Amino acid sequence: MAQMTMIQAITDALRTELKNDPNVLVFGEDVGVNGGVFRATEGLQKEFGEERVFDTPLAESGIGGLSIGLALQGYRPVPEIQFFGFVFEVMDSIAGQMARMRYRSGGTYTSPITIRSPFGGGVHTPEMHADSLEGMVAQQPGLKVVIPSTPYDAKGLLISSIRDNDPVIFLEHMKLYRSFRQEVPEEEYTIPLGKAEVKREGKDLSIITYGAMVHESLKAAEELEKEGHSVEVIDLRTVMPFDVDTIIASVEKTGRAMVVQEAQKQAGIASQIVAEINDRAILSLEAPVLRVAAPDTVYPFSQAETVWLPNYKDVIETAKKVLEF
Amino acid sequence: MASKTKNNSADAMKQLEKIESQYEMFQILNEEGEVVNEAAMPELSDEQLQELMKRMVYTRILDQRSISLNRQGRLGFYAPTAGQEASQLASQFALEKEDFILPGYRDVPQMIWHGLPLTQAFLFSRGHFKGNQIPEGVNVISPQIIIGAQYVQAAGVALGMKKRGTKAVAVTYTGDGGSSQGDFYEGINFAGAFKAPAIFFVQNNRFAISTPVEKQTAAKTIAQKAVAAGIPGIQVDGMDALAVYAVTLEARKRAINGEGPTLIETMTYRYGPHTMAGDDPTRYRTADLDNEWEKKDPLVRFRKFLEKKELWTEEMENETIERAKEDIKKAIKEADDTPKQKVTDLMSIMYEEMPNYLKEQYEIYKEKESK
Repeated sequence: MAQMTMIQAITDALRTELKNDPNVLVFGEDVGVNGGVFRATEGLQKEFGEERVFDTPLAESGIGGLSIGLALQGYRPVPEIQFFGFVFEVMDSIAGQMARMRYRSGGTYTSPITIRSPFGGGVHTPEMHADSLEGMVAQQPGLKVVIPSTPYDAKGLLISSIRDNDPVIFLEHMKLYRSFRQEVPEEEYTIPLGKAEVKREGKDLSIITYGAMVHESLKAAEELEKEGHSVEVIDLRTVMPFDVDTIIASVEKTGRAMVVQEAQKQAGIASQIVAEINDRAILSLEAPVLRVAAPDTVYPFSQAETVWLPNYKDVIETAKKVLEF
Repeated sequence: MASKTKNNSADAMKQLEKIESQYEMFQILNEEGEVVNEAAMPELSDEQLQELMKRMVYTRILDQRSISLNRQGRLGFYAPTAGQEASQLASQFALEKEDFILPGYRDVPQMIWHGLPLTQAFLFSRGHFKGNQIPEGVNVISPQIIIGAQYVQAAGVALGMKKRGTKAVAVTYTGDGGSSQGDFYEGINFAGAFKAPAIFFVQNNRFAISTPVEKQTAAKTIAQKAVAAGIPGIQVDGMDALAVYAVTLEARKRAINGEGPTLIETMTYRYGPHTMAGDDPTRYRTADLDNEWEKKDPLVRFRKFLEKKELWTEEMENETIERAKEDIKKAIKEADDTPKQKVTDLMSIMYEEMPNYLKEQYEIYKEKESK
């Protein structure tokens, strides 16, 4: 075991898969000799060579097309989109092409592609770097969308994503890259996609969340504990397909639930989770399922992040509304 | 200062003229079927020349029958190909089985001659997933509807071939309108930067639905767009089967020798509408223009060329026509006999392993389908 930050765990997962499978290719803007703008691919080109880890021209759509074409030749591409705000440039390759490849060819061709991309607020990035756009990709049939919140999860989920024979969008929250260390096994291990984890057990309220909001929710749960409330925190880890069984089991136990996301209220995936709870566990509910989400404006100018981004205080406030309904 | 500015602008115009002068149309056969460029004549045996003619005649019949079957409601989406036989078939004729074709929506003929069964081409037209289940060993992917997407994907396929060390090329087609897309530029630029073995065709049939090529770009040729990627570009008479064949063969040779991609603009024309979905070319094309291009018909000129060499007879032509008609009849019958699609079929081809929500929906539809 080693103490790793999330970014180190990601590099470790990439190294593991580059070693395991000669078809794995890592490419994108500045991921080669530079080791990535966040050092996620640090040292990989040196270790595996330019044939396996390489830079591309500055064009996201081209990177998407390159991935699809390489997959058609039997490779297992792991491209990087430098910031997920730039996904709009490559939406066709992702949603219009790779997500549909297996279906449109009746299973003849597949897209075993893992797109890595950083996102998320709290680090004062410039425009279009921090936007939470997971909701957009979660609505595309054919994709899977994974968002880890810890170094341990990041490694196991990334290895699973790369080995998956269908396209996976792997979103890495920038604020979580180096914010804490965790014990991460040095050997390979996998975490199944589509499986949530109960990060904290509780009896009175279920908080369903993902990404940086997992930590805000855990912090809120600690505060609420002091006031006598026992809060369960579920980290979805995969937001598409999400783990409805774990969610429903928790809601049936606690009778109260809320969903916490960093994205705007009209975006993200919270509403989908509320709908599933309403469909499947309405008779267990003591109160409506409320959401914590950002205001429905464009992502804030960097100085306004602190007043705009949801945090543990918002979680506490909404939790009390649900608990005291 | 003033005179210096003047000199600069004069140079810029000269620069443009100089670039344009590098893209003269390459031709081997003129409209009368006479060889006007003996030196560039490709080495083709008598049998190969006859085979190429047979394929062009066959495909002309396929187009006529497809239009008719579409009007009867026995085919669905169909983009007419008449006029583009030399551009489509002579380019495919220069390929090997290992080469991978990424066609646009009008490029079904190339797929068929690369090995796609006719029945499946008809199923594609109708909208049935079995039409796109390409047989093992046939290196094509179903026709691309998103104009330009095939270009960036071709760069990837070509890079894959280069990495694998296979002596093969990725070949893709778009139209004149498609050359305005971002993916068009990104595709040729990526292939150039990676020196990947790709051949990019622009079939310039002068119209993107109703929009003439002059409204796509101020560039005098589309071939010159290759300059932006730093790769060779060539404009060829797309109604001349021998010229198209020759430039494709040349581009292929360069590609498999590790010299990178080529952009080929074929100057061609579609005699029919854009698609069979209600497009009426008389709204935007004059009869004069149609007549002018009918004189350039690739079949007429190649027929004259072969007849002079005593390689083509009316009997051979009729035999080909009859064979085409029979094949088409049989293929339509097979398409009719293909089982109807069920929702559970569509669910089964989404993922390798169905996610939880799809498993649930699968059970619901299985129940519905059992009734």
